[in-house]
Amino acid sequence: MKDMNVRTPLVEIKGLEKQFDLDQGWLETLKFRNGRITREKRAVHAVNNVTLDVNRGEALCVVGESGCGKSTVARLVAGLLTPTSGEIHYDGSRIDDLSRAQMQPLRNRIQMIFQNPYASLNPRMTIRQALEEPVRHHNPSFSAAEVREKVTEVMMSVGVDPTWAKRYPHEFSGGQRQRIAIARALTVDPEFIIADEPISALDVSIQAQVLNLMLEAKESRGLTYLFITHDLSVVEHFGTRVAVLYLGSVCEVADTATLFSNPKHPYTRALLSAVPQLKDDRPNHIRLKGEIPTPINMPQGCPFQSRCAFANNRCDSEKPKAIHQPDGSLVACHAVEENRLDEG
Amino acid sequence: MSLLSVRDLTVKFAMRDETVTALNGISFDVAKGERLGIVGESGAGKSITGFALMKLISRPGYVDRGEILLDGEDVVKMSDQRLRELRGDKMSMIFQDPMVTLNPVLTIGQQMVETLLAHRKLSREEARQIAIVKLREVYINSPEERLDQYPHELSGGMRQRIIIAIALLLDPELIIADEPTTALDVTIQADIMELLLELCQSNKVGLILITHDLGVVSQMTERTLVMYAGRIIEAGRTREIINDPQHPYTQGLINALPQQTLPGHKLRQIPGNMPSLTNIPPGCPFNPRCEYATDLCRTRIPEIAQYGEVQVACHEVQRLQAEGERQEQNA
Ligand SMILES: Nc1ncnc2c1ncn2[C@@H]1O[C@H](COP(=O)(O)OP(=O)(O)OP(=O)(O)O)[C@@H](O)[C@H]1O
Ligand SMILES: Nc1ncnc2c1ncn2[C@@H]1O[C@H](COP(=O)(O)OP(=O)(O)OP(=O)(O)O)[C@@H](O)[C@H]1O
Ligand code: SF4
Ligand code: SF4
Ligand SMILES: [Mg+2]
Ligand SMILES: [Mg+2]
Repeated sequence: MKDMNVRTPLVEIKGLEKQFDLDQGWLETLKFRNGRITREKRAVHAVNNVTLDVNRGEALCVVGESGCGKSTVARLVAGLLTPTSGEIHYDGSRIDDLSRAQMQPLRNRIQMIFQNPYASLNPRMTIRQALEEPVRHHNPSFSAAEVREKVTEVMMSVGVDPTWAKRYPHEFSGGQRQRIAIARALTVDPEFIIADEPISALDVSIQAQVLNLMLEAKESRGLTYLFITHDLSVVEHFGTRVAVLYLGSVCEVADTATLFSNPKHPYTRALLSAVPQLKDDRPNHIRLKGEIPTPINMPQGCPFQSRCAFANNRCDSEKPKAIHQPDGSLVACHAVEENRLDEG
Repeated sequence: MSLLSVRDLTVKFAMRDETVTALNGISFDVAKGERLGIVGESGAGKSITGFALMKLISRPGYVDRGEILLDGEDVVKMSDQRLRELRGDKMSMIFQDPMVTLNPVLTIGQQMVETLLAHRKLSREEARQIAIVKLREVYINSPEERLDQYPHELSGGMRQRIIIAIALLLDPELIIADEPTTALDVTIQADIMELLLELCQSNKVGLILITHDLGVVSQMTERTLVMYAGRIIEAGRTREIINDPQHPYTQGLINALPQQTLPGHKLRQIPGNMPSLTNIPPGCPFNPRCEYATDLCRTRIPEIAQYGEVQVACHEVQRLQAEGERQEQNA
């Protein structure tokens, strides 16, 4: 199966769905409504029919509002959650149905950087212990001194004082911890990194340094990224392609340049207009009006309809399918399909 | 009188092998309804400043000297009893790590209701209703369902908004917000910022906004402090600092913004890194990274002083200002 066909995407996500039950116990499903006891089972529809490829050597950025399912997609791909339905293929083989033990060989090829820097390091391990482990694993012939030297180098590459290696995570600031977590992920020398908001806790100068480090790894080692971020200036800088998620559904996938120069989906447009500008007092963003639906009470039809200025009857009842556009992007919107978006 | 007046605040950590100074004599004020930004690179001491204001520095850390006057009362000397009354009620903090606020084994509703009951005479049901209102304010939908969920069942951005709601629960007069919107996308970030702005303007709430996002600082705050290695190195009106930064470090921060670089190009970085606390160079702490450093910079620490509208801690600031003017004239 593992042929040299570079054209097959590294990761193929097909019709991915994830629901979380809100009511665990049987008792909890009993609800008292209008004077009667009824049974209701409520679920969070976190990811809905997501189909997406990650190509080798690319940085696919996933953007979208808080709660739209970005981290859930990341955790599903990393094998930390089991999908409700759908498939995930990695390097040509299906991985979503693997057991923990079967996933093991992939653990070093796939690394995940978590959203919360405070949760990504083991609090009982010194920084040295956390970093030495992957260094040893990859360089079994290294002497103790060589391992130490490598750890020093890794810490310096993310701007953390190597003499602090003997310290525990709680002695570092939020941003320092996140950089150590990123350094650790890169040290494992994976081929695929799933990074969930890896740099949003970092200040700009360190962001620049860490982004450059990640870009370098991408170019020199052909590393592939699934990169979740809400910072669109980072997307523009780092991403080769962008997928925009809304309420667990993909609304638009496009090359970064295309997305920024010619966003099509009404939600993408609103998102791009909301970027805070440095030297301007009044944010001039398209305010999204209307009730934000939650993945608990999923609307029928287009997930974006309650806030969309272009919604019509069709949008109420029929969920738009992703359709290929002439410029190569994929857009799931009836108005785009019907060509009525830029008229009037 | 200021709502908050911090004078010469110095915080140290006694570590196994040596004692380090995390905050070095910082002073600033926040008036009622004023919005103050604190910026600076990772490790500058921003969070430690917030912790100190809430009197949450614990061993091996300690406040070495200085005072923190909240409406005239010194937080540093305050009794635990008085602190419990004031925390949450008069001042509250939105922590960078949501799990400082959130207890993983309690539902969101339990935590919010308990907090309300500890400070207010309310019935459980009344407290629950207030919690629902506060969750709506931070754009949490289906708040009734969310109240019954545990922290791990929420997305990163929801957790962040919930701790904002908890910080606002008792209508405090001073809010310290440590990276309150880092996990939020721009649309919700804009809404949350508007909510905070509204609170400051109509309820006269004082806000200390700790963030690394200069765009946010620029939109949200009236005054800004720039911190480096535990010191304030530039302070003044936000507009001035963003448009015409005086300290070489502040200039570097602004130049490193991705917006200032063409897509796909390497970002401009300030060379080197913020020193760790055990490794602060003599003289100006920024000198190894500063292109203008002189011998004086390598030996003497610059005091913060007033230059026109802003306060700057840099030996060379006047020379740099003069050069800047000359360049402008030549252009
Ligand atoms: N318990 C501790 N023991 C020793 N040093 C500490 C401790 N806690 C924090 N520090 C140090 O104090 C310095 C300031 O930390 P602080 O958390 O205030 O940084 P920050 O400006 O908030 O950075 P970030 O943007 O990364 O959150 C850091 O260099 C950190 O290593
Ligand atoms: N373990 C869980 N149990 C129940 N619900 C969950 C669980 N994990 C996630 N969810 C729900 O799934 C939805 C999507 O969450 P997810 O963390 O994927 O969002 P996100 O896009 O990463 O948001 P953010 O930008 O805020 O981090 C949310 O409604 C969340 O409450
Ligand atoms: S399908 Fe309809 S509701 Fe959805 S984004 Fe397009 S126009 Fe708006
Ligand atoms: S004091 Fe000297 S080293 Fe420090 S910022 Fe000013 S010029 Fe640079
Ligand atoms: Mg997330
Ligand atoms: Mg911090």
